[in-house]
Amino acid sequence: MLAALLVAAVAAVVFGTIHIGVADAWQALVGGGDAVTRFVIRDLRLPRVVLAALLGAGLGISGAALQGVLRNPLAEPYLLGVSGGAAVGAVIAVSAGLAIALVPLAAFAGAVAAVVVALFVAHATRSRGDPRVLVMAGVVVGAFANAAIMLLLANSDANTVRNAVWWMMGSAANATWAQTAWLGAYVAAGGGLLVAMARTLDALALGDDSAAGLGVEVASASRLVYLTASLVAAATVAAAGLVGFVGLVVPHIARRLGASGHRALLLSSALVGATLVIAADLVARVALPPAELPLGAVTAVLGVPFFLATLRRMT
Amino acid sequence: MIECRNIRVRYPRQARVALDGVSLDVARGAVTAVVGPNGSGKSTLVRALLGRAPLEDGRILIDGVDAGGLRRVDIARRVAVVTQREEPAFPITVREYVALGRLPHRGAWGRDTQANRAAVDDALRHAEVESYADRTIDALSGGEWQRARFARALAQGGEAFVADEPTTFLDVAHAMAVFELLGRVAREGRAVLLVSHDLNLVARFADHMTLLHEGRVAASGSVADVMRADVLERVYEWPLVVTRDPAVGSPALLPLRRARGAL
Repeated sequence: MLAALLVAAVAAVVFGTIHIGVADAWQALVGGGDAVTRFVIRDLRLPRVVLAALLGAGLGISGAALQGVLRNPLAEPYLLGVSGGAAVGAVIAVSAGLAIALVPLAAFAGAVAAVVVALFVAHATRSRGDPRVLVMAGVVVGAFANAAIMLLLANSDANTVRNAVWWMMGSAANATWAQTAWLGAYVAAGGGLLVAMARTLDALALGDDSAAGLGVEVASASRLVYLTASLVAAATVAAAGLVGFVGLVVPHIARRLGASGHRALLLSSALVGATLVIAADLVARVALPPAELPLGAVTAVLGVPFFLATLRRMT
Repeated sequence: MIECRNIRVRYPRQARVALDGVSLDVARGAVTAVVGPNGSGKSTLVRALLGRAPLEDGRILIDGVDAGGLRRVDIARRVAVVTQREEPAFPITVREYVALGRLPHRGAWGRDTQANRAAVDDALRHAEVESYADRTIDALSGGEWQRARFARALAQGGEAFVADEPTTFLDVAHAMAVFELLGRVAREGRAVLLVSHDLNLVARFADHMTLLHEGRVAASGSVADVMRADVLERVYEWPLVVTRDPAVGSPALLPLRRARGAL
């Protein structure tokens, strides 16, 4: 898995609209070569590859954790309203004419708000963390968010709509080192916490009664997992918009590669997710030069057939 | 080991009480069986022990300490429960599954210790699941899966062992194997609480029996005290006779046909 990740990363650094050989790329990386190549490699491609890796790792870990705690192989990070909430935040920011740099913050705030609302709705039913109720609460909040987006965009000018739609399709194109660094901090902190909770997740995946019998405080442990996984997903959404299907598909690939138990599953989901999004971003960049395909669309095109195959295997 | 004192349980938004004034002692070194018709409150009793059914009244004492004041992990260290149903969402290996029994001892953050690994190996051997320890749990037969679940509870290592309807989906041989294992666990000194539908098998393995009916104790005592035709007929509302098991002489229930004269 590590090898596949390295191959994808090297390929993503080397290939692009401007062709740069592996040797030249290495020269540029360590500070040699001409200034243009150095700029392309060190300030355009490399942050983009690292950002893509972090997106994939974050979404993969988040998906694996949510599938475990919800005991649902079709669960994914956007299920609990993360995507809808983030999109509402971003669309509000875009249509209010806020500086483009503030859009990620608005998206993050929207995502967190949606997750809190979904948790609150589930809590209000006094279902004590029943995963089915949480899924329903998330779906309802997501549907509400989608309706809100429609209403917001209905009377907006074409430019706002284009910006909002581009953002909703996801892209790693505007990667900067600063952005990469704080996404890295979120993914490392959230992912680390989830990996540390791997055994609790193993127990929760057995069912609430069994987990309780093993001494797990089911309601609070589930909430902590939801919240952490959603925050990691929200951070990825703030950094690059909506990148669909990674969180759904990656844990299944990791399981097929033999990851059993949540510690192995979370770690390999991070590796597989990073590899997949780096590869998808490379396709998005080089498939139709000089145009860029939206990253979220490429991952979905890769993800949908896999989703259907998983569905077939389950029935 | 486990004492239920007059417990009353009512589920949220339910008018009917699920358990009403139930008292029960589960002693070390013995199999205590709880029997009763569907809906009599057997599974609610197990859920109350897990702290997952709200006590409206009464107390559950574990080693003389009120369970209400114990943390869930402290209860898990003392009482291992094999629930009625368990459908893991994702396959893990039998060994990983059994190792989850050590969770209350090492915690979610702690490292694996030699003692934990030894307890897991012991449990695998004890429940006779060693031969398929490296298979994944979605590839097991009903009997193998039930033994793996027992192994996990044994690995948990508490003084009390609770099994809720452990033989529901098992054929005669596998059901007997499960009961034999429970008997062995009791003889080794643990307190075993067995919840079961199967009156005749229970009658052969239990030391004490409690019969529940509509959330109340209908009869309690030795097997002979509870396995009486008049008591069972009233509770199950079905004509029956109690005879002697031809092999071991324990009481055995034989339901009759409802039609007059058709035995």
